[in-house]
Amino acid sequence: MSLASACWQMLRRDLTLLARRKMDVLNPLLFGFLVALLFPLGLGPAPASLALVAPGLLWIIALLSCLWATDGVFDEDFHDGSLALILLSPQPAYFLIMARLMAHWLASGFIVALVSPVLALMLYLPSEAMGVLFLSLLLGSASLVCIGAVGAALTVNVRNGGVLLSLIVLPLYVPVIIFGSAAVQAAAQLQDSTAYLAILAAMSLLAIVLVPLAITAALRINVDAA
Amino acid sequence: MWQFFHKLGSPRWFYQISSSLLPWLGVLSAALIITATVWGLAFAPMDFKQGNSFRIIYIHVPSAFLALAGYYTMAIAGAVYLIWRMKMAEIVLRVAAPIGAVMTFLALITGAIWGKPTWGAWWVWDARITSMLVLFFLYMGVVALAGSYQRADLGSKAAAILALVGTVNIPIIYKSVDWWYSLHQPATIKFTSKPSIHPDMLWPLLLMIVGFYLLYAVLIMLHARAEIVQREQRTRWIQELAK
Repeated sequence: MSLASACWQMLRRDLTLLARRKMDVLNPLLFGFLVALLFPLGLGPAPASLALVAPGLLWIIALLSCLWATDGVFDEDFHDGSLALILLSPQPAYFLIMARLMAHWLASGFIVALVSPVLALMLYLPSEAMGVLFLSLLLGSASLVCIGAVGAALTVNVRNGGVLLSLIVLPLYVPVIIFGSAAVQAAAQLQDSTAYLAILAAMSLLAIVLVPLAITAALRINVDAA
Repeated sequence: MWQFFHKLGSPRWFYQISSSLLPWLGVLSAALIITATVWGLAFAPMDFKQGNSFRIIYIHVPSAFLALAGYYTMAIAGAVYLIWRMKMAEIVLRVAAPIGAVMTFLALITGAIWGKPTWGAWWVWDARITSMLVLFFLYMGVVALAGSYQRADLGSKAAAILALVGTVNIPIIYKSVDWWYSLHQPATIKFTSKPSIHPDMLWPLLLMIVGFYLLYAVLIMLHARAEIVQREQRTRWIQELAK
């Protein structure tokens, strides 16, 4: 089987599985909306104060959604043995993992970006910033999903790995959220946000290229031992 | 000469070498720290603006240096362990993580204690403090991950990967936090400005930094020796030692 068709099979498999478990896709989004509910309850419903924090808040909600969505990305395959087969395949695992990350991004980060205008309306984000919000989430969610997947690969065989995943991954999210929320904030203040979007794109590209190496190493540690 | 370094990779030789080095390093680091502490607390001149409260930098700055140096020590040990599977590298990785975390915590706490009388705030989200806090969480992630695996060697390998991922990220995190701070705070009060420090204040600080580095080496050695004894407890040389 050629590399391209193997990656395509991987992509198809993961997307099919995700399509069959719609709640797995929906849950992180629902969590995101719940968080969006909690903040006005905590901060007060005044449009002025919510609009002030909306850029950062929307990015934090997107970040948490992506984090929760990548929580068990390798768990099931690890426990039923398919991960061992994937790692044993003649195709380099690097690209197969990349295909899986692509599938999961389509089901998490991409959908979060699509849904973000709704959240933005709930949190009174100025309409000038909507486009940049969508774009920044589109560009930044790739790195969120990739870095989250590194954490998932490291905690694949750990009980209650979810909290540990958050502890590991959130410090690594710091640069992404800094530039992501800066982009939206700049747009909300009618300033140019191209530079921030460019940096987000750069970080995502770096993540896409480097993360499968770390994930393969982490998965081999767990699979070779089990 | 290279043989010396090769020897350090074996637990038994490390134990022997550290047995002979430890007294010297311990005495030297204690001497430097005590000298620098007394000099800094009692004899260094009072600061023009801050009075006596600046003296906490004699603990704050060395621990901050070591927090960062300790992370790289841990990451390099992790890389060596992943590539060459050296036992001592695994032990150093395991042992350096909590020590580094404590150093980072110390830096944060002493920074807060320094901040309150000097600038009126226990905590400020400026670039360096925020980066130091992120570093603390990176350390705690490594500690937590290493401890969460049932098999210790797997946990060490996973922790090594995490330490390396963190190493790639640290410059990115530092730069982005730096930039973030400059974006949000047109710096009216420069906490991070570097005033030219008087030599009479600088010398005790330098001595303290060297003393702290030696203290770090002593701590690593002590913890590594304890780890060695625990791991190799069934071997004959340990049992001979125990008699």
